[in-house]
This record gives sequence, structure tokens and C-alpha cells, in this order.
Amino acid sequence: MPKTYAELLKEAKASIREVNPQEAEHLRAEGVTFVDVRESTEWDQGHIPGAIHVARSYLEQQIEAAVPDRNAPVVLYCAGGVRSAFGAQTLKELGYTDAISMSGGFQQWKGAGLPWTTPVVLSKEQQQRYSRHLLIPEVGSAGQARLLESKVLLIGAGGLGSPAALYLAAAGVGTIGIVDFDVVDVSNLQRQVIHASDRVGQKKVASARQTIEALNPDVTVVGHEEMLVGDNVERIIAGYDVILDGTDTFETRYLLNDAAVAAGIPVVHASVFRFEGQLTTFIPYEGPCYRCLYPTPPPPELAPGCSVAGVLGVVPGIMGLLQANEVLKVLLGIGTTLAGRLLIFDALEAEFTELKLRRDPACPVCSDGARAARERGEAPALSAFPADAPFVLSGAGLGALGGNDGNVGNSGAAEGRA
Amino acid sequence: MSTVYIPAVLRPSVGGVKSLDLGGGTVGELVHALLERHPGLGGQLLTPEGELNRFVNVYVNGQDVRYLDGLATPVGERDEVRLLPAMAGG
Repeated sequence: MPKTYAELLKEAKASIREVNPQEAEHLRAEGVTFVDVRESTEWDQGHIPGAIHVARSYLEQQIEAAVPDRNAPVVLYCAGGVRSAFGAQTLKELGYTDAISMSGGFQQWKGAGLPWTTPVVLSKEQQQRYSRHLLIPEVGSAGQARLLESKVLLIGAGGLGSPAALYLAAAGVGTIGIVDFDVVDVSNLQRQVIHASDRVGQKKVASARQTIEALNPDVTVVGHEEMLVGDNVERIIAGYDVILDGTDTFETRYLLNDAAVAAGIPVVHASVFRFEGQLTTFIPYEGPCYRCLYPTPPPPELAPGCSVAGVLGVVPGIMGLLQANEVLKVLLGIGTTLAGRLLIFDALEAEFTELKLRRDPACPVCSDGARAARERGEAPALSAFPADAPFVLSGAGLGALGGNDGNVGNSGAAEGRA
Repeated sequence: MSTVYIPAVLRPSVGGVKSLDLGGGTVGELVHALLERHPGLGGQLLTPEGELNRFVNVYVNGQDVRYLDGLATPVGERDEVRLLPAMAGG
């Protein structure tokens, strides 16, 4: 027996629970998930803060990813309470035990003076460009807008920085800073894929800028054509959300670590050697820092750079993209970072190994004591640094420590970043 | 016997192998067993005083021995010991 629309709606409403906007607001305060089932054009004009957007037409397809817990209450709303009633009925059929429809919809919600917000609206071109991101509930237009407003600093446009820069630019990270004073050498091109044969001899920053601007006009490239040293590191890293460490010298890695901890900026770290790579994310005070991992650098003969030891081109490619993955997670606030974990990659065996890292309670840079001293405006005691600690930074809130003129040179980098 | 994994940078000192099965009840005993076979590694792993160099990390089953008992950390059969030096390349 065919049914009329009125009969269908009556049946749907009879099979589900409905709440009015005031009751819904109480549920929202308790942390209940809200799903807006209207069309994108309606969502763009305003929605309930914290709601997830899954259009009614995609509800069956996308709700399991957006709301995995079938036993948690979930409030659906639309403009007037009809689509959400049918939606809640569908969720019930999918096994959601407490699917609730908000009667009166968003119109009545706004009319009652309850809070609502307007999302960042992406342009038509951006909606197309980032459509595969927008389809992922964990990114969506709010996440994409966040990426567009983010600032990431790449230390080095070399083996690690090149692939990372390409994918971060493609992902729509709005500002990409690049620190590199080097020029493109033909021997870089085996792995530094952001550069090109016809740019040999050009500054790497200019070459990278050319590639990024051709790939994505949404990205602003900020060039820092200087060597990262004690005197400029604080100024260069200021204002960035995340730093990607793709240098090839220990001097720069320690210098950057110390300054980034002092500035409270996460550093996504990777290093490579022939067929192997190491990767982790340093989040100041939440996890260990580089000095916790390696209190001192090895002697040069034990740690040759890529220009001496060589590297399989794909290894920095793989590690650089894993760095970009960490950067995107930090920016979007999703997933679990590698903070406290060191990931080791062996290309020959195609093996990943994970090692546990800890904050060193005696770390001269990131221990609670060092942090407290920094917050009091005091330089950490000289004795806190082991006598063999290298590259002690005189800037970056660590105070003058002597034994170093602060003009730390990353001389190895002049040979070309690995 | 425990398996000791040798990082690429140290492999030339151990005949190019990726791992060695060595006997010993502690990390220190394993290191000494390794050095008996390959004395060339001595300066790279240990300080003149016989302590682990601070630029080489040693992990037993993924845990840094600096937060266990250092060279006295016990190792058992089938434990996985990994030497890990810092790398700078990028």
C-alpha cells in the first residue's frame, strides 16, 4: 500500500525521540554529538557550534565514519525538523540506539537566541581543489580552513624538505616558510624533487617558491635566505605553528631544538643515512626534546651527512612525507603524533621499528627545572650542560652560557642539504 | 642468546652484518661479547671509562636502557637489543 508523505513523516516521528531546541542545548552542554543534516549551502550560512555536517543525502554513507559509536546519543537537526526526523529514523535502522531529532530545527534554534556560528567559507575553486579533504570528516571545511590559516617553517629545502613542501603546499597550508641559504646543485636533483634541472645554480628558496606557487596559489612562501644561527633563530621561528626539521647538521638540529622548546613550537624531526631514516615529533614539555633523545652528538666520523655517505633518494622522500603527515596532524589536532616515539625505517628490509622515548628529567633544555628557570627569566646554570654539550645556544631565552659566541654555524649545510 | 641489531653506520665494523646473536645476561655483557668479536667498535660504543657513549642509545625491546639499569639492564633469551646512533642527514 503506497503511503503519503504525511504518513511517512508521522511514522518516522513515532519511531524516534524528539527534543526541542532548549532541551537540545542541555544535551550539547553535556557533550552530546550534533549532526547537521542540511545541505552545504545551508550549513555555510550558519550552524550550531561544534556540530558535524553530514548532509541527509550522504547520511547512510558517512555517518559510521563521522559517529562511530552506535550507543552514544546523537542529535540530528535540519532547518525545520523534517529531514532530521527521517534521518534519525534511518540511524535507528543502522543500529544507533539513541538517535534524536531536534524539532523546529535550526530556524527555531536561532529564534530562541541559542548560539550559532558561521563557518569559514571556502571559495568555489578551493572547494574543488580540496574536495578530497572536505570529504574526510576529520578534516572537512573547518579543518581545511585551519590549514589555510596555518604557518609551517621548513628548515632546509633539501631531501626531507622538498617532498614535505610539495605535499604541505598541495594540502593548502597557507604559509610555508623556508630557511635555506644554499643554491640548487645538480647532485641534489636525485632526491630534492621540488627543484628542477633548469634551476641549477639558483637559490633553493627561489626554486622552491617557483614550484609551490605553480602548484597552489593559496600558499604564501616566506623565504629566509640565511644560515640558521644563534643570533637569528628566535626571530626566524617566531610565529610559526610547527617546524619541520630537515637539516643535515647536528649544529642546526641542537640550535633549533633549544630555540623551539623555548618558544613552545613543536618540531617534526627526521634524519636519514643511506637506507635508513629516523622520525619523531618533539612537542615542548609534553614529550622529550632532541637533547633528551641524544644528549650529545657523535663525533663526525660516526655521523657523516648525505653528501659524504650517500642516501637512497626515496629514503628522504618517504621520511619527508611522514614528517608532512605529522605536521598535518598537529595542525588539525587529529590522530596520535609520534611524540615520545621514535620511528626507524629500514628501506632494504622494508621494516619500520618503533622505540619508546622519554623526557629526560635532567634535560638542560626541557626539564621542569629548565622550564621554570626560563619562565623566571633565568638562564639555566652552566653546570646543567655536560662539559661536552655542543652548540649551546646563547639566544632563545637560554641566556649567555659562555664557551660559544652564539654565532653557531651550520657549516656542513654549505655542502648541500642531504 | 639475544639478538643485537647493528645500525648501518656501524656495520662496516662488524663485517657488514645487520644483527648478531650474542650471549650475556646484561646489556654490558652483550656489549663486551660484541667488542671481543669486533674490537674496532670499542671507541664508538664506550667511553674510556667504560660507560656507554651518550651519542649511542641502546634499547632493549624498544626501551632505552638509560631509563632501565644502563649497562646493568638484564637481557633474556630472545630479547631484542638495538644500538642507535644519532644521524644528521636530511
